[in-house]
Amino acid sequence: MSARVAALVLIIWLPLAAYVMLRPALGALGPYVLLPAIPAVIALYALAVRRWRGSAIAIVGVSLVCFWLLMAAAAPYLPLIDPDKPLAPFVAPGGTAHGTFFLLGSDMRGRDVLSRTIWGCQRVLVWGISATAAAYAVGIGLGLIGGYLGGWWDELVSFAGNVFLSFPVMVLYILVLNFLGQSGFNIIIAVTCSSAPVIMRIVRGLALDARSRGYVHAAQTRGEHPFWIMLVEILPNVRGPVIVDACLRLGYTTVAITTLTFLGLGLQPPDPDWGLMIKEASTAALLWKYSYMLIVPALAVSSLILGFNLIADGLRESSARE
Amino acid sequence: MINLVLRRLAQMLLIMASVSLLLFALFDSDAFREKAAVAELGGFGIATLSDSDYHAWLEKKGLDQPFLKRYGRWLGSLVHGDLGQSVEKDLPVATLLGESLAHSAVLAALVLLFMVPVSLTLGVLAGMKEGSTLDRIISVAAVVTTSIPQIATAVLLTVVLALGLGWVPTKSAMTDGWSLRELVLPVLTLLLYEVGYLVRMTRAAMIDVMASEYIRTAVLKGLPRRRVILKHALRNALIVPVTLVCLELNGLLSQVVVVEVFFQYEGFGRMLFDAANFGDIQVLEAATLVAIAVAVASQLLSDSAYALLNPRIRFGRA
Repeated sequence: MSARVAALVLIIWLPLAAYVMLRPALGALGPYVLLPAIPAVIALYALAVRRWRGSAIAIVGVSLVCFWLLMAAAAPYLPLIDPDKPLAPFVAPGGTAHGTFFLLGSDMRGRDVLSRTIWGCQRVLVWGISATAAAYAVGIGLGLIGGYLGGWWDELVSFAGNVFLSFPVMVLYILVLNFLGQSGFNIIIAVTCSSAPVIMRIVRGLALDARSRGYVHAAQTRGEHPFWIMLVEILPNVRGPVIVDACLRLGYTTVAITTLTFLGLGLQPPDPDWGLMIKEASTAALLWKYSYMLIVPALAVSSLILGFNLIADGLRESSARE
Repeated sequence: MINLVLRRLAQMLLIMASVSLLLFALFDSDAFREKAAVAELGGFGIATLSDSDYHAWLEKKGLDQPFLKRYGRWLGSLVHGDLGQSVEKDLPVATLLGESLAHSAVLAALVLLFMVPVSLTLGVLAGMKEGSTLDRIISVAAVVTTSIPQIATAVLLTVVLALGLGWVPTKSAMTDGWSLRELVLPVLTLLLYEVGYLVRMTRAAMIDVMASEYIRTAVLKGLPRRRVILKHALRNALIVPVTLVCLELNGLLSQVVVVEVFFQYEGFGRMLFDAANFGDIQVLEAATLVAIAVAVASQLLSDSAYALLNPRIRFGRA
C-alpha cells in the first residue's frame, strides 16, 4: 500500500520537477515529460478515495490536492491561453476582447487570469514538495541520530536545533535568502533551516521511545549496524505521526513560498505564480471592480493549503481509530 | 520550580551567545558587507562597486582587522547599547528600532486583547462535548481560518471591507496621523489565523481533560455539569493554551512582516523587510537580534508559565 503510494508520488513529482526546474535542458522533449504524471495523479486519487471512504474531511482534502496536482501535470495540454502573453488589459470576468474569451478576466497587463492561476500551481507544488522533502531528509536523519545514539550526539543535535528554532521563521527566511540570493534552490535551503529542527524534535522523541522497545533490542542482539537499525527498524515503525506532520508541513511550506514570492524574496517573475499575482494586483489594481485579480489567486492558494490540512486531520482521525 | 526557570535561563544565555556568533559571522560575510558598502556609498544609484573603493571602505570601517577582534568590538558596542546608524533613514538604529517596535506592540496588544478571550471560550465550548454540532461548526471554522494564509486573508478582507463596503481604508500607513480605523484590517488579518490556531489547541486540551478519570468521577458522583466544567476541567485544560499564548509572541514577530508590508504599516516587520531590501545592514542586524531576543524570552516566559500553572511541576521535584 505505502510502497504503491510512494511510487505514484515519485511518478508525479519527477516529471513535474524536471519540467519546472530543467525546462531549458529538456529541449524538444519538454512538452511530453508531464504525460506520465497525469494517470499517476488519477491513480493516486482513486487509491486515496478507496482507503478513506469513511472520512468525509479526508476525501475533501485529497480532492483539493489532487485537483491542483492534476492541473499542474495537465497545464500544457489544456486549451489555455498563453499565461505570459499580454492580450487585453482589465477585461472583467466572462468578458470578450479582441476575439478572446476571458472566463476569469484578464490582469492589468492583459494576461489571462484563469490560465495564470492554473499554471501558477506548478511552481508552488514543485518547490513546496521538494523543500518539504529536503527538510524531512535532514530532520529525520538528525532526529534519529539524536534519539537513538543519544549522549553527546543528542546534545549536539538538540543544541543546534534550538539555535535555529530561536529565529522567528520569517526573519530566518529573509536572512538566508538575502545571504544566498533569491532562487528556488535557496528556498529549499531556507525551508530546511526552519523546518528541519522541528521535524528533528518530533523524530527524536519517537526514536527515544523506540530505543527501549523489544524489536530494537532484538536487532541489537543480532549485531545489526546502528544506521541499519535507525533506518530499517525504527523509521518504518514511527512513520505514522511523521506522515501526519508532513501533510501539515506541506501546507506551511506552500504558505511560505507564496508569501516569499509576494515579498519579492522568492521565485522571480515573470513565470505565473500565485504570490506574484497577488503582489502585482495589490499594487496596480486595488479597486473593487478589479478585485477578481486578487480573489482568484488568494482562493487558489487557500484551497491547496486547506487540502493538505484536511488530509492531515483525516490521517490523524483514522490513526486514532485504529 | 525556581530551579527549572534558572536552568532554562542558563540554556537561553548559551543559545543567545551561539546565535550572536552565528549572526556576526553571517553579517561579516562578503555577501552582506558588499550590500552594506553599496548602500552606504551610493544607495540604489550604483549597482556595483570598484575593488579599490570597496577595500578603502573596508579599511575605513576597520573591517580588515582579524575576526575575533572585530567580534569583540561588536559585542562591546552591543553591551553599550550602541546599535549603529541607519544608512537609509540617517537616524540612530536604536531610535528607529524603538519607534517601530512600539508600533508593532500596539498591533500585538490589540491582537492578544481579542484573541485570548475569544479563542479560549470557543475552544472550551467545542472541546466540552466532542462531536456535538457546536464542536463541528467551530472545528471546521478553525480549520478553514488556519488554512488561509495571511496574505490571502489580507487580500480577502481588503476586498470585502475596504473595496466593497468602504468601511475602512485599504492601507495603514498612518499618513494623516494616528487612526484606529486604519488598524482594523491588519489586526483582523492577524486575528483570524491566530484565533483558529488557539481554538484548535484549546479544544484538543479540553477533550483530553474531559476524557480523564477525575472528570468521570466528578460526573458520576452527580455534580452539576456546569460545576464540573468550571471548577474541575477548566483549570487543567487551560494550562497548555496559556503557555501557547506566550509562544505566540514569537509567531507574531514572523507574521507581522507580511501584514505590515501588505498594509504599509510602519512597524517592526516592515522595518526589517525594508532594511534587508535596501542593504541597511546595521538595521537588519539589530532587528534580527531583537527578534531573536523576543523569541527566546517568549520561550522562557512560556516555560515559566507552564511551571507556575502546573501543580505537578510547581510542587514537584524539578
